[in-house]
Amino acid sequence: MTLAGQVEEKVIENEGRNGRKRRRPRRTSINPGESRRAWTLIAPAILLLILIVGYPVIKAIYQSFLTDPGLDKSTGLFNQGNAWNGITNYTHWLGQRCAVAGGGTQSCPSGTLGSQFWGSAGVTLGITVVACTIETVIGMGFALMMNRAFRGRALVRVAILIPWAIPTAVTSKLWQVIFDPQGILNKILGTHFAWTSEQWPARSAIVIADVWKTTPFIALLILAGLQSIPEETYEAARIDGANAWRRFTSVTLPLVKPALAVAVIFRVLDTLRMYDLPAILTGGANGTTTSSILVVKQLTSGVNSASALSTITFVLIFAIALALVRLFNANIVGAQTGGKVK
Amino acid sequence: MRKKGIAPAVCLLSTVAVLAACGGNGGGSSNDAAKQGASARGPITFVTGKDNSGIMPYIADQWNKAHPNEKVTIKQQSDQADQQLSDLQQHFQAKDPGYDVVTVDVVWSAEFAAKGWIIPLEGQYALDTSQLLPATVKAATYNGKLFAAPYASDGGLLYYRTDLTKTPPTTWDDLIKQCQGKTTSGTITGPKPACYAGQFAKYEGLTVNAAEAINAAGGNIVGPDGVTPQVDSQQAATGLDFLVNGFKQGYIPKEALGFQETQSLNAFQAGQLMFMRNWPYADAILAGKDSKVASKFAIAPLPGPSGHGASSLGGHSLGISAYSKYKATDLDFLKFIESDDIQRNDLNQGTLAPVVTSLYSDATLVKKFPYLPTLLASIQTAVPRPVTPYYPGVTEAIETNAYAALQGQVSTKQALTSMQAAIKSATAG
Repeated sequence: MTLAGQVEEKVIENEGRNGRKRRRPRRTSINPGESRRAWTLIAPAILLLILIVGYPVIKAIYQSFLTDPGLDKSTGLFNQGNAWNGITNYTHWLGQRCAVAGGGTQSCPSGTLGSQFWGSAGVTLGITVVACTIETVIGMGFALMMNRAFRGRALVRVAILIPWAIPTAVTSKLWQVIFDPQGILNKILGTHFAWTSEQWPARSAIVIADVWKTTPFIALLILAGLQSIPEETYEAARIDGANAWRRFTSVTLPLVKPALAVAVIFRVLDTLRMYDLPAILTGGANGTTTSSILVVKQLTSGVNSASALSTITFVLIFAIALALVRLFNANIVGAQTGGKVK
Repeated sequence: MRKKGIAPAVCLLSTVAVLAACGGNGGGSSNDAAKQGASARGPITFVTGKDNSGIMPYIADQWNKAHPNEKVTIKQQSDQADQQLSDLQQHFQAKDPGYDVVTVDVVWSAEFAAKGWIIPLEGQYALDTSQLLPATVKAATYNGKLFAAPYASDGGLLYYRTDLTKTPPTTWDDLIKQCQGKTTSGTITGPKPACYAGQFAKYEGLTVNAAEAINAAGGNIVGPDGVTPQVDSQQAATGLDFLVNGFKQGYIPKEALGFQETQSLNAFQAGQLMFMRNWPYADAILAGKDSKVASKFAIAPLPGPSGHGASSLGGHSLGISAYSKYKATDLDFLKFIESDDIQRNDLNQGTLAPVVTSLYSDATLVKKFPYLPTLLASIQTAVPRPVTPYYPGVTEAIETNAYAALQGQVSTKQALTSMQAAIKSATAG
């Protein structure tokens, strides 16, 4: 993507030289021969991307329009399926319409996967909003702390990073023990919450475990941003009489925004795709079935319908990502070709 | 700068679209595959779940000694059932001839059979099942044909505390009455144990427990054809109510909503339960040295509404892959695994419940495993979970709605109505 972007820029610059005056070549212009050589050079990379990214995505979208194998009542065997099915798989999920024996559809009854689509989308979104907000606030605090020079700073940095270094499957198991009805959390709080077998406690448990694990990631990215802010800007602000809060809002925040945007967007996308933590911690029970868990469940009973579901999920996540990029006005895609800092 | 990134992306995607359109896959017929290697012999691979009890080396040694030219290789999968399933699905979809004989959980056999992945054991592959427990044969039968050879069985048992009661309850009312005064209500707190628990977390174990309660009361999840749901009945409601009321009235602690096998076992082992439903494997662990109840527990058949209840059938069978090259050897291996010697060693070394009926009255074995007669009674009255190729959807329907009822979110009646509709929908394709 980035390579393609670079080349494309060169192509446009090239056109600019040949006629259109809107754009002026910034670097030395290149002739068509060089452009062709550039394409030749990046062709292997593009081909590899097509193979490992493009092909599976397109294949999944194609499959999402096909039928799943159906049972042949006379032989008791499944047929091949894979017949053209139009948008039936999509209406199944989006409209929660389930097939009825003998043709036609009905509203999906409770206990079918179809009836869980909007619920799981809502849960995924809810967990994402809450978890990412908390993570960003705490992460910012951690980053500011790590950025200060004080005794034992190295130790604090390592301590903060440990949760991020532990594999999610392991932390999920750890939290499962902590959240056990007879686990340490209930002992400390003196409560009798069945943390993972009631709806809101189960959701909170996932948010808590996720915040604990991924705050360091945000903190680390923000820290990188903080360290690129020259000390002189603060000195100048101080001379102008800005207090600590004013320095934070008028100097730190605007200058750290590109790094912050990258961190938040990455985290949001990660959380929207979340599978491992709830799958292990709650098994998706008690209103914690995320979209990804639903996809995996559907995979066991029909690949093509699961393809439709994952395509829908993909589009939803993509739309949210795009909206976030707009919101932050972030220059993520073209960052290496001279991102503008306001 | 941002906008410029999009054009090459679109270009890239459209290139791929062309590629994908060319790459449609044609489905081949599996009939030819099923016939291939019908009388051929050669080395085979036996695919099975992780061998936690170390019985596989014995099986491999015994077989390889007798069949030096048709040696078996044991391939162990993970110890998680869903990972084993997806491993098998992937290899079958790839028509892998390297998976010859596979271990099939009782609830997978119908799906594997309907997809043509395992071959029917009829004609030249016929298997003598007269010595086997009928329930295990029934669970491996789909559409009137046997598709897998029962290998190990499993049935639910009632574990009870002998220091709290001398006579195990035979009915649910009896169980509740025995708990009065001796147990706490609602949650596991204080020195007294809670009354009863099984596996009530939202997973496969809940389907097992709910089906047991429903079957015990004379209800059915599906009709005799294995597809038509019949769960919306008065009997089924009586059965499910035993569990629903347990949480309402407090004779089942609310912690049990998160119990899988291990958690319920841990609670009983710590002396926190008076009665527990679990599989036979719990016996060895509860008698172990880490157990607080080592000499204070015994095993009885599951109770029911009036007299003993019905267990759900657990266990595994062995199927012959349709893509195996040496099916004659595969069949011999199936017969070998049903032999007295192997079944005996599986029990002795791995505490796997045998599928050969006569072993349950074998004096030496009964002396070593006193629960065998009880287990036999449990398995003989056991009801297989629905034998349907749509099992994943069916079990989701049972789990989800039973769980909602146990949590008190919906009434028993509502839960069963939804369960009925959801099973109908899941099996409609």
